[in-house]
Amino acid sequence: MKKKSFLDIVSENTFIHILLSIILGFLIGAIFLAVMGLSVGNAYGRLINSVTSLKGFSYVVVYSVPYIVAGLSVAFSFKTGVFNIGAEGQFVVGAMGAAVTSILLPDLPKPVLIPLCFAAAIVMGALWGIIVAILKTKRGINEVLSMIMFNWIAFYLSNFIAGIPGIKNEGSAEATKSISANASMLLPKDFIKSAGLAPTANWGILVAILITALIWIVIEKTTLGYELKAVGSNKFAAEYGGINVNRSILTALGISGGMAGLAGALYLMGMGNRISVFSSQEGFGFAGIVVALIGCSNPFGVFVAGLFYGALMYGGSKLNLEGAPTQLINVIVGTVVFFIAISVIFRNLKYLKRKTGKGKEAMKA
Amino acid sequence: MTDFINSLGIMLYATLIYSTPLLFAGLGSCFSEVSGVVNIGIEGMMTAGAFTGTVVAYFTGMPWLGFLCGGLAGMLFGMLHAFATVRLGADQTIAGTAINMLGPGIVIMIAKVLFNSTDTVPLSPTQKIPKLFSGVFDTSTVFGRFMDNVFANYASTYLVFIAVIIVWFVFYKSRFGLRLRACGEHPQACETLGINVLRTRFICVCLSGFLAGLGGACVTMTISTQFRPISIVGQGFIAIAAVIFGKFRPHGALLGCLLFGFCSGLKVVLGGSSGVSMHLISMIPYVITVLVLVLFVGKSRVPAANGKPYIKSK
Repeated sequence: MKKKSFLDIVSENTFIHILLSIILGFLIGAIFLAVMGLSVGNAYGRLINSVTSLKGFSYVVVYSVPYIVAGLSVAFSFKTGVFNIGAEGQFVVGAMGAAVTSILLPDLPKPVLIPLCFAAAIVMGALWGIIVAILKTKRGINEVLSMIMFNWIAFYLSNFIAGIPGIKNEGSAEATKSISANASMLLPKDFIKSAGLAPTANWGILVAILITALIWIVIEKTTLGYELKAVGSNKFAAEYGGINVNRSILTALGISGGMAGLAGALYLMGMGNRISVFSSQEGFGFAGIVVALIGCSNPFGVFVAGLFYGALMYGGSKLNLEGAPTQLINVIVGTVVFFIAISVIFRNLKYLKRKTGKGKEAMKA
Repeated sequence: MTDFINSLGIMLYATLIYSTPLLFAGLGSCFSEVSGVVNIGIEGMMTAGAFTGTVVAYFTGMPWLGFLCGGLAGMLFGMLHAFATVRLGADQTIAGTAINMLGPGIVIMIAKVLFNSTDTVPLSPTQKIPKLFSGVFDTSTVFGRFMDNVFANYASTYLVFIAVIIVWFVFYKSRFGLRLRACGEHPQACETLGINVLRTRFICVCLSGFLAGLGGACVTMTISTQFRPISIVGQGFIAIAAVIFGKFRPHGALLGCLLFGFCSGLKVVLGGSSGVSMHLISMIPYVITVLVLVLFVGKSRVPAANGKPYIKSK
């Protein structure tokens, strides 16, 4: 067999495509910076410095947790052939479910309250997903349409609940009360101080690791995962093979929604502490879509992509110090996603070689 | 009675101005989706149009030039989407997601350079899209005030209703319309009949960007007077929802957009006056949409080849 050339390897390896997309994203970002007359070195230097110190990295981990879990939610839906554009709403109702649970039952001991908050978030998120699935399977209503509607319903519902007496903050802030200390996932204060970590350092990342492994097992190693994937790749073949397609869609959106809801709880109990009245959608669910795409919908890929996204978000918030707009991050990430979309151009690199190869042969002759 | 007629007039006025941007974007969405290309990048294209329209109008003082440039800016992103999805057969959802990040990202960075702020400088009244028929009606009578509220409206609103008629005509009475609808249903069959599927889809996606850009420009040049990062928050997605609601037909999209526009108007009119929570009122349009879908509209049939890249050799 012919030895694979460098270009062959590049054109066949998805991981390399993503790496190339990321490099191109930063290149385009650099061009924008240069056009704006800003120093590329300073801006990117600040970006790298801010995420590589111990404190910076702990911030990145904290930021990443909700992105990873929301990304897993969307990735799971991609695997099963549904596009969960509703992760945004599921995230919001999940966070609100956890907040209300913790505010109404503040005195429960930590080992009871935290799982209870998780459960409330998962149930709310799953419910939000399942309603859409029922509308789709029973009434044939386009799921993208109903998900967009339910994103907004979740948004205003959350704002409404945040203003209910008993839930609302007693101070002047337009937000809920802070969650009970027993529902907080923060590491002990002394430890944070002595280790020099971010003040919001928490153990949410352990949950994210657990969920990543769990989703991988469900997708790759269980009958349920096999059925869901079968429906995702060919609904008609799956039905012919005896799989109940409607039930699969219900299960898939339920699990996906539950995870988006959990992501909301992890955000709240890790770094959010309370839910403010939003003026516009927070975008965690939409970030989940991006993370799932960068991670190629592979659970471990999503985990790494979530860390990458978290690093960009945290590092990006420091860009202002160099006079560079935070929006640069959106341009970089947008470019990365765009190149992932057109990764066919990387796959076609091998034809480039064939052409030049022919050229060489011609020269020999 | 007088109060009622006054409120009704204001209500209709609000409905019209809030529907206009949605309707431009919705018509754009129709072109793209019906020709077989999913375009969730409408939101990003609207943002580009909103920013460009305001900036051009601000620097040149010519609102119509700004409006047109808003459309062209949307079209630029439409071309990017078309290049990825039609020319390279990219996943349409992924490319659209990218557009939604790139559009706002790029324009807000430019805003930073031009204005040293993420907001643009507010337009003066002469730089906004002009109102037609203002001062024509005698506002001293109840009826005159009603007519003034409803018909002394921005020119863009009149334009969009004309656009609906034109698009309807193009879709159902022209050769191009027949072709674009066929491309969304069965591209292979089109190709065997000598229709250039890729070119038709490319044109449709560019048009969708142009119309979305016009819609975005309407937001910042009629409803408000300046571009801010929160000028376009979700209108693009609402426009897409309105199109699915309207079963991928321009006249259906008109209905969907008027419904959402009406609900936005309701929010504004009821805003301060009633004791009901603003948040619950704001939720109404979305709940109504779901109910209407469940009770009356039901299944919205997606064009058969929608979302599937067409690769010529297959």
